[in-house]
Amino acid sequence: MTKKSVLVTFALGIATVFIADSPANFAQESHVGNLAGNASSGKQLYRRFCIGCHGPEGDGNGENAQWIDPKPRDFTAATFKCRSTPTGTLPTDQDLDHAIQRGFVTTNMPSWNPLTPQQRADLVAYIKTFSPRWTGEKPGTPINIPPETAVTIQSILHGRELFQKMECWKCHGPAGHGDGPSASTLTDSKDNPIRPYNFSTGSRFKCGETNQDLYRIFITGVDGTPMPSFADVIQPNDAWDLVHFLRTLQGLRTPEADMWKKYAAEHATEIKPIGPNAGGGR
Amino acid sequence: MKTKSLLLLAGLALVASKVGAGSPAPATGTISGRVTYTGTPPKMKPIDMAKEPSCAKQHPTPVMTENVATGADNTLQHVVVYISAGDTAEAIPTQVVRYDQKGCQYLPHVLPMHAGQVLQIFNDDQTSHNIHPLAKVNPEWNKSQPAGSAPIDTKYDKPEFIPVKCNIHPWMHGYFVVLSTSHYAVTGQDGSFSLKGLPAGKYTVSAWQEQYGTQTQEVTVGTGETKVNFTFKALPY
Repeated sequence: MTKKSVLVTFALGIATVFIADSPANFAQESHVGNLAGNASSGKQLYRRFCIGCHGPEGDGNGENAQWIDPKPRDFTAATFKCRSTPTGTLPTDQDLDHAIQRGFVTTNMPSWNPLTPQQRADLVAYIKTFSPRWTGEKPGTPINIPPETAVTIQSILHGRELFQKMECWKCHGPAGHGDGPSASTLTDSKDNPIRPYNFSTGSRFKCGETNQDLYRIFITGVDGTPMPSFADVIQPNDAWDLVHFLRTLQGLRTPEADMWKKYAAEHATEIKPIGPNAGGGR
Repeated sequence: MKTKSLLLLAGLALVASKVGAGSPAPATGTISGRVTYTGTPPKMKPIDMAKEPSCAKQHPTPVMTENVATGADNTLQHVVVYISAGDTAEAIPTQVVRYDQKGCQYLPHVLPMHAGQVLQIFNDDQTSHNIHPLAKVNPEWNKSQPAGSAPIDTKYDKPEFIPVKCNIHPWMHGYFVVLSTSHYAVTGQDGSFSLKGLPAGKYTVSAWQEQYGTQTQEVTVGTGETKVNFTFKALPY
């Protein structure tokens, strides 16, 4: 009897250890707005919609992955591109939901807007079962984005100075065409070649399309890619100036681009080129 | 009932012995030796920094790649030698570990530290760097550090060998070696290392080289110096 109970206790102990280590005990829930997502419902949806690219193990090695560039996200690493949270931290459930809903332009990830909000919340819950980080860590605190400042030519000019000083052009190119001197050497964190964003291709970015999204992208960085976080080195109002300048690089007519074109036409001789020969800016 | 209480007693005794281990045993033992290679290591290549003139001009002769750095008599540099088992638990060292980006190089090339120890990263250059440690066990982050910006204070909580790179300057490569011991050393050009201040006892000593991986040896340390040498098999590619 006593030996038996010891054995039982021992077995229970082992079982506890085993359960604690198995994915079954990773985060099972998500909270997106008022919705609570459930991982077991999410699993059904994942096996129907996501498994082909992201794979049965969630490691981004689905059967289609070999044909895809950039590669599907590896959920086991819990490193996510589009976050409202600081670099190196986990995204919020809302961030993951946005990513599923929005899709990623310039990649094979489509928008899953046709899924219901409940279905997306369930998928978020399931995606979080692939990494133990979701049990031991909390998502980072979303960055604070102050109200947007006015679009003025001063703001654009200052943003242009920052583009030079922060050396954005080293990858994105002097005109934002994604052709800077380091562009051809870039690889993601899995050593796959990756291109810097070409601002002339449109108005949408991987992580959204609004000015807030643009602000968030360079402040939080795009984790898992060469794009670093500028949170420690760009002040909030300066960040808005950079946003306003970046909008002038786009092919579409934007208020910023109109303002810049007018200024550039009138002050052609005063404008210093962006790039290695700019002189100042350091 | 009897078995159970016996087990309980045994458990308590174990805990007690662990606590007792902190009592003053004179830590005068030293493990020292040299790390060498046999075979043919790859030729290190000169790095072309022409794309970053402010760095290129700091190096009258080109900087060489460092993935297999060798010295005279087949010695291996930048090998981390550390106690991988047998060390008693110790407090996290309070001194700050410093990492520099200077002349578009990481100094030192390989930086060991204790898990949880404060790591301070400086940019001493006239150009922007992005510091991108490719951690897998610890969180992966990537931060821009333009010329003249404040040092980045950070730490890693879990032991891991973390490759570090700068995406802007693709030739920049280094390693953070996060260990659960503060008994570590990095070999110099002569391949030598020394782990000091060890209480007498049995230890596992590991040597890690970024291209050739890890070797381990069991070592019994007394009050004086114990010699241990490591030899890696070098391949020309």
